[in-house]
Amino acid sequence: MTIVDFTPLSALIGGAFVGLAAALLWWTLGRIAGVSNVLGSVITEPAGDNAWRIAFLAGLLVSGLTAMLLAPGAVHFELKAGAGQLVIAGLLVGFGTQLGGGCTSGHGVCGVGRLSMRSVVATLCFMASGMLTVFVVGHLL
Amino acid sequence: MSRVLAAFLSGLLFGAGLLVSQMSNPAKVIGFLDITGSWDPSLAFVMAGAVAVFGVAYFSSKRRTAPLLAAQFAMPSLRSFDLRLVAGSLIFGVGWGLSGFCPGPALVSCAFGDSRVWVFVAAMILGMLPYRLRPRPRSIPSQA
Repeated sequence: MTIVDFTPLSALIGGAFVGLAAALLWWTLGRIAGVSNVLGSVITEPAGDNAWRIAFLAGLLVSGLTAMLLAPGAVHFELKAGAGQLVIAGLLVGFGTQLGGGCTSGHGVCGVGRLSMRSVVATLCFMASGMLTVFVVGHLL
Repeated sequence: MSRVLAAFLSGLLFGAGLLVSQMSNPAKVIGFLDITGSWDPSLAFVMAGAVAVFGVAYFSSKRRTAPLLAAQFAMPSLRSFDLRLVAGSLIFGVGWGLSGFCPGPALVSCAFGDSRVWVFVAAMILGMLPYRLRPRPRSIPSQA
């Protein structure tokens, strides 16, 4: 193992922004900023309490759009997977997050921050299977 | 209106954090998951920063009976450990490792001009449907 491309400061600052965003949603609306749950609820419960959910998702989309408009050179983006692999990955992410009740944000940030043991277990699981998948795809196949 | 604005600002700030930390860069995410190869530990710092800030905000809200703009805190349901939690998270991790995308960064990346992101998001939404729309037993019997 060698350490490469390590950017601890921007990672910590960006992470603090994410935590602040989740704190804002909790302190104002009393809601957990879990992207997979917000998205899943909007799509499958059209009659639900969705105005805030749509606004939150719009904020995510607008953040990327704003970055591209204001500072496209500062946006780092490199996607290696092809469309076929992304279809499979998308189906697994969609299904897995709904079955498991959360993703990197709901379990990994908010759940771990709340010291929820369920979320700690979930986070260890998706980290482990993610690492194993990258190992198999990157080094064995 | 203020509720919608608060949620929008939260999403905007959330996305900004993903952009600044490069969590919205699939290659960076895969670099983090690649512990046996050329490892980039940065994303552990994203997690640490986010968990620390949210943790403080969450535990300091315990003194309040209600959030600022809503009637109550919507506590996540206290489901106990079960196979769904573990299996779902394992399945999610496989998709995360195959692509470098989890749901938040995928949505942020929609504006980056790469149509493969939309392919991923469309598949992700499709993948959400079976479990969400599964037939559930009614809690009240339909016939006495």
